[in-house]
Amino acid sequence: MAQAISPPEALGEDKRGRGAGYSSDAAGLGRLRAGAFVAPALLLIAAFLVFPALWVLYLGLTNYRLTGAAAAEPSFVGLDNFTGAVADPGFWNSTWLTVQFVLGSAVIGQVVLGFTIAWLLRDRRGPLKRLVEGLVILAWILPSAVVSFLWVALLDRDGGTLNALLGIPGFPWLLDHPMLSIVIFNTWRGTAFSMMLYGAALGNVPPSHLESARLAGASGWQQLRDVVFPHIRGHILTNLLLISLWTFNDFSPFLLTAGGPDGRSEVLAVHVYKVALQSGELGHGAAVSTIILLINLVVAVFYLRLLRSKS
Amino acid sequence: MTPRFVLGRIGFYTLIAVLLAFFTVPLLWLVTAPFTSDPTYEVRMPDFTWENFQAVVEHPYALPSLWNSLVLSVGTALLVVVLAALAAYALSRVRLPGRDALLYALLLLSSIVTGTAAMVPLFQLAVELNLIDSQLGLILILSGGLLPAAIFMLKDFVDSTPQSYEESARVFGASPLQIVRHVVVPLVRPGLATIAVWAVANVWGNFLMPYLLLSDVEKQPAAVITYTLYTEGGQANLRMLSTFGLLYSVPVVLMYLFVSKKYGFRFHGGIKR
Amino acid sequence: MAAIELRGLTKVYPGGVKALDALDLVIPDGEFFALLGPSGCGKTTLLRTIAGLEAATGGSVLIGERDVTGTQPGGRDVAMVFQDYALFPHMDVTDNIAYPLRIKKVPKGTRRDKAAEVGARLGLEHLMDRRPGQLSGGQQQRVALARVMATQAQAFLFDEPLSNLDARLRLEARTFLKKLQRELGVTTVFVTHDQAEALAMADRMAVMEAGHIRQIGTPAEVFRRPANTFVAAFIGSTPMNLLDGTVRGDTLEVAGCKVAVPASAQGRLRDGETIVYGVRPEYMAYSAGPAEGALGGKVAIVENLGASHLVTLDVGEVIVQAVVPEGDEPAVGDDGYALPRRDRALVYRDGELVG
Repeated sequence: MAQAISPPEALGEDKRGRGAGYSSDAAGLGRLRAGAFVAPALLLIAAFLVFPALWVLYLGLTNYRLTGAAAAEPSFVGLDNFTGAVADPGFWNSTWLTVQFVLGSAVIGQVVLGFTIAWLLRDRRGPLKRLVEGLVILAWILPSAVVSFLWVALLDRDGGTLNALLGIPGFPWLLDHPMLSIVIFNTWRGTAFSMMLYGAALGNVPPSHLESARLAGASGWQQLRDVVFPHIRGHILTNLLLISLWTFNDFSPFLLTAGGPDGRSEVLAVHVYKVALQSGELGHGAAVSTIILLINLVVAVFYLRLLRSKS
Repeated sequence: MTPRFVLGRIGFYTLIAVLLAFFTVPLLWLVTAPFTSDPTYEVRMPDFTWENFQAVVEHPYALPSLWNSLVLSVGTALLVVVLAALAAYALSRVRLPGRDALLYALLLLSSIVTGTAAMVPLFQLAVELNLIDSQLGLILILSGGLLPAAIFMLKDFVDSTPQSYEESARVFGASPLQIVRHVVVPLVRPGLATIAVWAVANVWGNFLMPYLLLSDVEKQPAAVITYTLYTEGGQANLRMLSTFGLLYSVPVVLMYLFVSKKYGFRFHGGIKR
Repeated sequence: MAAIELRGLTKVYPGGVKALDALDLVIPDGEFFALLGPSGCGKTTLLRTIAGLEAATGGSVLIGERDVTGTQPGGRDVAMVFQDYALFPHMDVTDNIAYPLRIKKVPKGTRRDKAAEVGARLGLEHLMDRRPGQLSGGQQQRVALARVMATQAQAFLFDEPLSNLDARLRLEARTFLKKLQRELGVTTVFVTHDQAEALAMADRMAVMEAGHIRQIGTPAEVFRRPANTFVAAFIGSTPMNLLDGTVRGDTLEVAGCKVAVPASAQGRLRDGETIVYGVRPEYMAYSAGPAEGALGGKVAIVENLGASHLVTLDVGEVIVQAVVPEGDEPAVGDDGYALPRRDRALVYRDGELVG
């Protein structure tokens, strides 16, 4: 901090000098008290968010196991876990499944469905809109354990409602088409977010623009293409990134299929669980977790860049 | 009425009907099975019996798990609201060094360190430090996860509250802590309420963390008990699952209704920025 | 009751922006003083620096002979009304008015009585239990005033006190505020961007631009003899005519016409120098026929001001405006002659008033 002899021009706020010696934030908190206000939250975040993220890097470099000799005395194995993970076909299987999961349920499913519903209901205000939105949102806010079982019940081969409606009793959805099942499930589950986002975005399109296009003779499709999409283009990309990030990290397929049968729906989140907590290979699991963290980092940085360039 | 218009209308209503069906059908079981004696996977007209609810009450772990969910949710919400409010206020009003970098880092952190990414280190640390089965530990972990986003949302809220109230009180001679007590807290109450509800909703449905870190059945929240009900012990207990599932779901739905009525809570998916 | 004095007051923001540049000002005890200027001129910064909400970078602020430059805002014994009134929405009117007394640890009964007393003085008796959200703009303003009155501070500071009221109410509030200040006799500084408001309410005013004070004076002084072309252009509901001209012996050549040298500038001009000639449209005598020393041209626009008209003349390549009483207004296209009053016309050299 500058001392009292500094020339006036060099002084800023909060510095001691011929000017005032007190803080000029609205309530006069001052830096010290403000720091004390922020500290507890930062402490908790550092302990339970930052530290685990760093710790997982360390774990990935050891041969830690849940049971056995290595549990008592883990040793440093360098990048063995990472090379092991990359060489493991199970890892690549899970990665590929996760890509399908994200593409299918987020990029295509939730976005298309969310936008469609928002577009269909854009001009309506009444009970129909509230009913549709209410049901979509219900799917989102119900606890994950409950909705997972609702779908297990829906897809049950003998008594499930889907087979009853389609008239094909005995068809084992979860066994024969596990990926399709979880993709549709996740689409159903997550559409609400995209629906509300696009609803807000559509609401921000100035009606005068749409009306000018209509007066010029544009059809619904043309209005969509020429007026609406340019306005919401920025939102589409940020929305995509965000829900892709969420879906990539989503653990709920575990609740539906537990990764089976035979790992045919074992997305990365479930894979980590199986490797680390069921097989007990914590080191290996940590390596995969690190890879997940890195992928998250890339997507998140990209997302934040986009957000910044918009504002 | 041109044919084109009529076709358009038909198309619209067909599409709406399909969408309604898609979103309604999976939910039907949840509202019919609990009231059906001896429920199966089928969706049938219920015969309006209360015996399933009785079974839930008699189940040794069902209602206690709801209590556990409550403890976890309310505990986390309290911690998050208090810590986030303090931090958000300070970050909004005082120009701390490195503030912008800190906010960016918080945003980044909360997006990157998810339950999936952190499950291994958290589990290992809990085992190592003998913290498995600690509800307090779980509350701390969940709070840590929710704090960055909570700070963000609250800071936004405080930013949009005019400073003139605090300055006015200051010129009248109030000390900073008096200002926070008399002026700031009453002003940000709606924001605090929203964050509290958001935190409760998040923790109420959270499966992974309690599943990982609580092994004692008597401490497990409803999310884990629900899962247990259909994965352990052979045949899924449909009576329990439907009824307990319904009971477990109702509070969250009520909360959402309450908040959206009172504050017109419409989550804009980030558009507001 | 106290005088306010500023000595060399400077405020520089981090990044180098100089909001206040070595200001000197003395506001005597009991005066109703206006800080007037366009947005960004520093008037609000100055007010907040007097209150202590902004810390001065250099110079000093004295309130009642006491140097308060280093004193916290709560310790300066001033009270401030903010532009949005800052009435605490969760407290009722009584608690709002009593708030400063609560901070001073006045017992509850005493402060509620005091609040009721002050509230009654401003006509708020039947509103004391309401919340600010239930009050109209004018009522909120009176509550804010009651709150500062309850403090019995040495000086009052008002930040744009009338700008949140609608136009009709604003005029009534002007009279009300002026009367109130006169009764209370407390030194009051108020900030405004509306020159008509400043002229109407203030005992004296300071016109500011870009962190500097450009003129200090009574409303009459500032209106009749603006010290520079900035103040001349800023003050007045109808803009002053400011026309380039040249000195030609004992007359001035302005817009191609010959006008007399104003009384104030007599004997101070050099032959041949370029000057700016200033005269308010209200100080012009208008005639349809030519007059000696008048500015003549063709009527381009006639605007109805109510009891008078604003006539715009094309004189050569410039426009000259004159206010014409009702009944005398010309038609567009007529010839017109505007004769400036010799005792009200002004001459500016390099932007500064001559004489």
